[in-house]
Formats: sequence, C-alpha cells, structure tokens
Amino acid sequence: MSNGTMNLTLKVWRQNNATERGRFETYNAQNISPDMSFLEMIDVVNEHLIQEGKDPIAFDHDCREGICGMCSMYINGRPHGPKQGVTTCQLHMRSFKNGDTIVVEPWRSAAFPVIKDLAVNRSSFDRIMSAGGFISVNTGNAKDANTILIPKDDADLAFDAAACIGCGACVAACKNASAMLFVSAKVSQLALLPQGQVERQARVLNMVKQMDAEGFGNCTNTGACEAECPKGISIENIARMNREYLKASMD
Amino acid sequence: MSSTPRIDSKIPTGPLEQKWTMYRSTVPLVNPANKRNLEVIVVGSGLAGSSAAASLAEMGYKVKVLCFQDSPRRAHSIAAQGGINAAKNYQNDGDSVYRLFYDTIKGGDYRAREANVYRLAEVSTHIIDQCVAQGVPFAREYGGTLSNRSFGGTQVQRTFYAAGQTGQQLLLGAYSALQRQVGMGSVQLLARHELLDVVVIDGKCRGIIARNLISGALERHFGHAVLLCTGGYGNVFYLSTNAMGSNVTAAWKAHKKGALFANPCFTQIHPTCIPVSGDHQSKLTLMSESLRNDGRIWVPKAKGDSRKPNDIPEDERDYYLERRYPAFGNLVPRDVASRAAKERCDAGFGVGASKMAVYLDFAANTERYGRVEANKLGLQNPSKSDVMRLGRAVVKEKYGNLFDMYKQITGEDPYEVPMRIYPAVHYTMGGLWVDYNLMTNIPGLYALGEANFSDHGANRLGASALMQGLADGYFVIPYTIGAYLSGEIKTKAIATDHDAFVKAEAQVQERIQKLMSIKGKRSVDYFHKRLGKIMWDECGMARNKTGLTSAIEAIKALRAEFWSDVRIPGDAMNFNPELEKAGRVADFLELGELMCIDALNREESCGGHFREEYQTEEGEALRQDETFSYVAAWEYNGDSAYTLYKEELQYENIKIAQRSYK
Repeated sequence: MSNGTMNLTLKVWRQNNATERGRFETYNAQNISPDMSFLEMIDVVNEHLIQEGKDPIAFDHDCREGICGMCSMYINGRPHGPKQGVTTCQLHMRSFKNGDTIVVEPWRSAAFPVIKDLAVNRSSFDRIMSAGGFISVNTGNAKDANTILIPKDDADLAFDAAACIGCGACVAACKNASAMLFVSAKVSQLALLPQGQVERQARVLNMVKQMDAEGFGNCTNTGACEAECPKGISIENIARMNREYLKASMD
Repeated sequence: MSSTPRIDSKIPTGPLEQKWTMYRSTVPLVNPANKRNLEVIVVGSGLAGSSAAASLAEMGYKVKVLCFQDSPRRAHSIAAQGGINAAKNYQNDGDSVYRLFYDTIKGGDYRAREANVYRLAEVSTHIIDQCVAQGVPFAREYGGTLSNRSFGGTQVQRTFYAAGQTGQQLLLGAYSALQRQVGMGSVQLLARHELLDVVVIDGKCRGIIARNLISGALERHFGHAVLLCTGGYGNVFYLSTNAMGSNVTAAWKAHKKGALFANPCFTQIHPTCIPVSGDHQSKLTLMSESLRNDGRIWVPKAKGDSRKPNDIPEDERDYYLERRYPAFGNLVPRDVASRAAKERCDAGFGVGASKMAVYLDFAANTERYGRVEANKLGLQNPSKSDVMRLGRAVVKEKYGNLFDMYKQITGEDPYEVPMRIYPAVHYTMGGLWVDYNLMTNIPGLYALGEANFSDHGANRLGASALMQGLADGYFVIPYTIGAYLSGEIKTKAIATDHDAFVKAEAQVQERIQKLMSIKGKRSVDYFHKRLGKIMWDECGMARNKTGLTSAIEAIKALRAEFWSDVRIPGDAMNFNPELEKAGRVADFLELGELMCIDALNREESCGGHFREEYQTEEGEALRQDETFSYVAAWEYNGDSAYTLYKEELQYENIKIAQRSYK
C-alpha cells in the first residue's frame, strides 16, 4: 500500500481569535505517508511548528472515526475535502499526490464565528435542538418498546435522517449558509415516527424560527448540502420539512 | 487529607432480586420545592452525563452540565457501534434478568459486585423503552417489532442496535432530552469547559474549578452534588479506540482530593480493531464486535504463509476460536478473543505486512445470506456471483458504515477480501470507587458510567457499556442521589469566594503557570507516545512482575522528564489545545504508575488482567480466589505513595467457577 511519501504545500487560515483579522500562512508538509489521515498530516505539521517555537494550527477534532462531527474545515474549497461521504478525519492522504498545494480554511458562516484558526463555534445548532429537536417524554414514562410497532421502511428512513452528525458541512457548502439540511434531518426523523406525532407541528415551527434567529440563510435548492454531507443526508428531508412547515403554518 | 476512608459499599440487605425494589421504595425523597434549591453539577455529556442531567432536571433539580467538546453531542459514547443489551427476551430464546446478570458476572471473571450487576440487568429493559419513546430509530423487523443480534459472552440474542451506529443514536436521544431541559432553562450548559479540580469543604464535595477553553479563564462553580460522568482512561496507552480528547483528568483530580481509585489495572483490549499502519498513527479504530456474529476469525495453518487470503484454501485455514472454544466459537468474550489473537501472532501465524493481524472473514455468511435472499426471490440454481451479490446487500444493510470505514482507513474492500484486525485498547473497567449509590467515598461526589468501576469486574461484555451508562443516568442516580441530597436541604448555596474555592483555583492557576513556564524542547505528544509504549509493552495484554516493576521506574523517570522538558506554545489565556493536552498527559503520567502498581499487586489472572505467572496449562486466565476476590481501592497519599483498601466480594447467588467457554 505504501507507495512512497509525499511533500505538500499547505495554505492555512490563521486567526488568533474571533475579533482579530485572519490571514493565510504557507507551510510545507514533508514525508507524508499516503496512509495518514488528513488530521494526522496536520499533526505532523504542528509537531514541526512546536519544534520551531511557533504556534501550532488550532483545529477541532475528537473521535477521528467520522462520527462525532467535531472536525470541520474546507479543504481546497470543499467541506471535508475532495472525497464524497467522508469527514476530514476519514480523508486519507492517498487522495492527494506529491507536490499538491492544499488550501485549508475554517467553516465560513455568520452563524459559526471563528474561535481560533480552523475551530469555529457551532452552538447555534445546539440552540436549534433546544427549540424543538426532541420528543417531550420524561424519564420513566415509557411503555414497553414493542407496543409501538413501526414499519421497517419508516424506521429505516428515520434512521437515515438521524444519521446526521451535526458537523455543519451543509451550512459551509451552501452559498446562502443555510442550515436547512441539518434542521430538516431532525424534523424528518421525528415526523416519520409515531412517537413524534404529538409535537409534530410545534416542532417544525419552533426549530425553523430558531434557525432564522441564528442568522442562517434560506434554501434555494442548489443541492450543495447533500453533495457535501459526509453522511449522505438526502435533500428530500428539506422537501419534507417544507411540507411539514406549510401544513403546520396553515393549521 | 488522608484520613482513613471507609469502604462501605452500602448494599441493601434482603434477597438479591428484591434489593433494588425495596431500596427505591424506602430511599429518602426530596420534595419538589426543595429540589429547586439544590444544585447539581454534571461533568461530561456522554450517555451517563446527558441522561443523568436530563433526568435530574426533569425532576426539578438545578443542573449545570460541562463538556470539553463544542457540543454535548460529541461525547465519545457517540462512537459506540454494535449495540445495547437488555433482558427483554423478545427473541423467546430463554433470556431473563437473571441470565443477563449471570452472563455479566461470569464475563467479568467474578470480580464485580452482585447487587450492582443485578440492578443493572433489572433496569436494562426500561432503557430500551425510554429510548424508543424518545424516537431512537432502532433496527426493526418487517412486522414492526424491534430486532436483536448476538454479542460475545452470551448464547441469547439480547442486543438492540441501530446499524453500526447504536451509540450515536442513543447519545442523540439523551442529548435531545438534555437540550430540551436547556431550552426550558432547567439546565445551564457550559460547552468547551474542562474540570481542573474538585472543591471539598468540611469533607463534602461542594463544587469544581473549571477552565473555559475558549478564553482560558478559570471559573468556580458551586454544587450540592457533583457527578463525574467523564468516561474511561484508555488514552493512557496513547493508541486506543478512545477519542483524542478522552482523558482521566476529572477522575484523577477527584482521586488526589481523596476519592479512591478502584481496580485501575482492569483494562479491556478489544479483539477486533484495524491494525496500526505506521508511526504517524494517532488513534485506532474499532470494528464492532457485532461483526463477529457474521465474521469468522482465522489465520493460515502454515507459519509465515504469504499467499493472499482468498488464495488460501479452506483446509489450510485455522479458525482458531472455533477450534479452541467450540461452544462459543467466534463469540467468546473480548479478553479471551484478544489473547487468542496475540497467541497466534506471537507464534508466527500473523498476517499482513506487520504480521501482527488476523483475518475476520465474511465470505461464508455472505454466501449464506445470499442463498436465503435467492430463495426469497425464487431463483433456481443461482450462480455463485449472484448469491454473493445478494448476500453483500444484506451485509451492507447490517454493517455498511463499518465496511465503509474500514475501506477508508485501509484502502482495501472488505466485501472482497477479509478484514485484517488486531486487538487494541478500548475500555477501562477500573475507575473511581463508588458505593451502591454511585457515590465515591467523598460525600456529594458521584461517578457514573465508565468513570466508575462498579459493574464489569475484570472484563466487560460487549454492548454493556451503553447499558451501564444509561442505567446509571436514567434509572439509578435519580433515586440514589436523594439518599444524600435529602440531608442537604438546609445547605444554602456556598458563595464561591469561600476560602476553599479560592485556594483550589490558586492551585490550578499555579499548575498551569508551571506547565507554561517549562519551555522545554519536546511536544506533549512526544511524552504521551512514550508513556503509551511503556503501558502497552508492560501493562497491556500480558503482564509480569519484572516488566511491571521496570515500568514503574520508567514512568517515574518519564514524568520527571516531562516536567522539565515539555514545550507548550501559545498563551494560557486563549484557546490552547496544546495546554489542554499537557494537563491531561501530566495526569496520565501519574495514573500509569498506579495502574502498574495495581497490576503488580494483583498476583492472579482474571478477565483482561493477564499475569503470565498465573495461567492454566492451556494458557487461560487463572484466578486466585482465595487471595484476590476483592476490589482493590487505592488512596492517594502524595507522590508515588498509595494505600490499598480492600472491598471483599461476596458471592451469595452465583457459584464462582473457572470461566469456560469451551
């Protein structure tokens, strides 16, 4: 598998905090193995920066197995980089070739302010969830699980929507910085399940209201969100949310 | 500081199956008006933390939640893949609360508390009900009922799952319950905050010191009770399946303030992980135990066989788990499967470039599924390629995300060639000592989920971590916290300018300054990798007296080197991931030593703790029940000084025996 190491040029967005101006800095990444993940490549660059007494590149990451949703960066202008269906941590350097120049930036959206370098603040997503992304059932109130029968197809569709990792790539990919894919995934999951029916209308109205209040843009159906979503969340969820919203608004 | 702690497990009297019921009916309560004045701090937002925080807030307590990630939804419970156990007996295959209890005690190699484990098995059924009510999309059958699969160490199908993303779906369920309380103002959420000390006043835990990771500012938070739901310490090995940020810091700070640390050497090495590919490796990735339902593990019968796996004929393959353990086959518990893989590789039968891997092969079951599908479609004499194509679709539905992940990481397609796997550090059974109430020996300080030691003995069974985290948070702590807080209703909130808070903050500040001022030559990762290597070599899958003794000295020397030569760039009053890592690694450098001390003390093999000096002729773990049937709870008495307290384990309902899966 190891077909030689690579030397790369990185142009990385550096910004000391939310208020200071940022700028691109250029770094060399040398002897990079194709088996490294993109984040392991940044680890190598950071190790050198530390050795040189410089400030390493700050970036968000945690599980490094594509599920926590913490990693977040544009790689050559695309959220999570050139490969479809993967997060940055699961992007491996075999997707690049020796001599490549790679541009790395933080998510760009008014609703995701930069904290430092590539790390941004996505607490707006948590607030949208607090507005209605739940079923109001206190602990201890549940009846036996198998008394709720759910057709397998509905359960599968709900699961597909629920697979969203809340990384924000949809917002980053959208020219309007719309969060419709993220919000619609949760609205869809709960609208598709019998447990979600009681609060179905209030949920969509409240979540959309909070989404707007956070400063996310509108959806103009370009489909960039679906194309860049590392978990393949379908844009059909947005259509479903629009139907849900319309119905709820008219009642 | 080190007054003798009492080891009182506070296990209720009465018959095993009535202990929890009686306890719940008689535990003191706090009335709703008083709950509003009682403040609870929950540290960590994984399954245990989120479920506890949501449930306590629903009951009326004032709750604060801290997590070091940018959102509670990122906690590492999210990465759990395979499933969650519950004694529902939906498959009509003979499951019961008693059987889940028995399997868990046996799986833990008779080193867990009977009463805790029985309670865990009892509440397991409510967890599934609660999660379904929240909208967790578990896998279902065509009739609309819930689906189950098998996991290791059991002969029933009791594992509920959502593809290979069960942890994600359960955590998002608990997170949604938590965010609902945040929206209602019942929970104050402090993301990107890390606990750096606990505050003890007059012997009771009264709050914490935390660092705001964005601004770098230190904060003081008062609580009538503090719940540490901060996960395990597998990252002491540097390479593990844990998230990069997973750490022991909260538990370790509590330990240094007097909380006992129990069975630190009980570490779970998971048999099926993607092997290390090079020195750059920052973490290891698990391939779910559920794959062992459908995968067969083998190595070539000939040493050093360098043929491609698909070129090795059936009769030249050694399905060594099926050979050694016919009754459980590929579904033996994790410790047993890991040691068997190590044994084959050490003996020269390993595969892959490093020869430190074995095959996990799905061909046989893919073909079996394909034939079932062909029958459903009414295909007469289908070709092998049609059968395999149909079978692959079934496998994809069950494990698609895992197969994709394997392909991303290795560049190989597991639908075509067997996976190469090797054991890796995954979970820690040890943790803060807690009583039946989940309270540490410091009144008011609790530990839930992986952060405590209580339910898994010396080896955890698959799909039981999710069960324990949610049991502790949804169904245990809401009751047991009343036993303590009912006595605290007259305690007014203590102002955080109290001397104890001021002093604790000053100590934290001093430590940060010390770290920043070293300005040495080596990065934090450099030390972390070296510690990891010592731990893996000497306190990993096999341990012995000589190795452990040398490891203790090596860790002490490494710790001294760290404190004189680490380099932390940047500023403490800013977002500074290197400073965060430095604090965590400094704690791991102390914990690692205690793990080796504990492993050296425990002169027996049990579960994941394998002392080479204590094994049967067939190489199985050999317990020493006469001398070591106890929980080792360690008290910190200053640098490298620890006192051992023993909690004897009483087995009144299970006859302890040599574990056999043959």
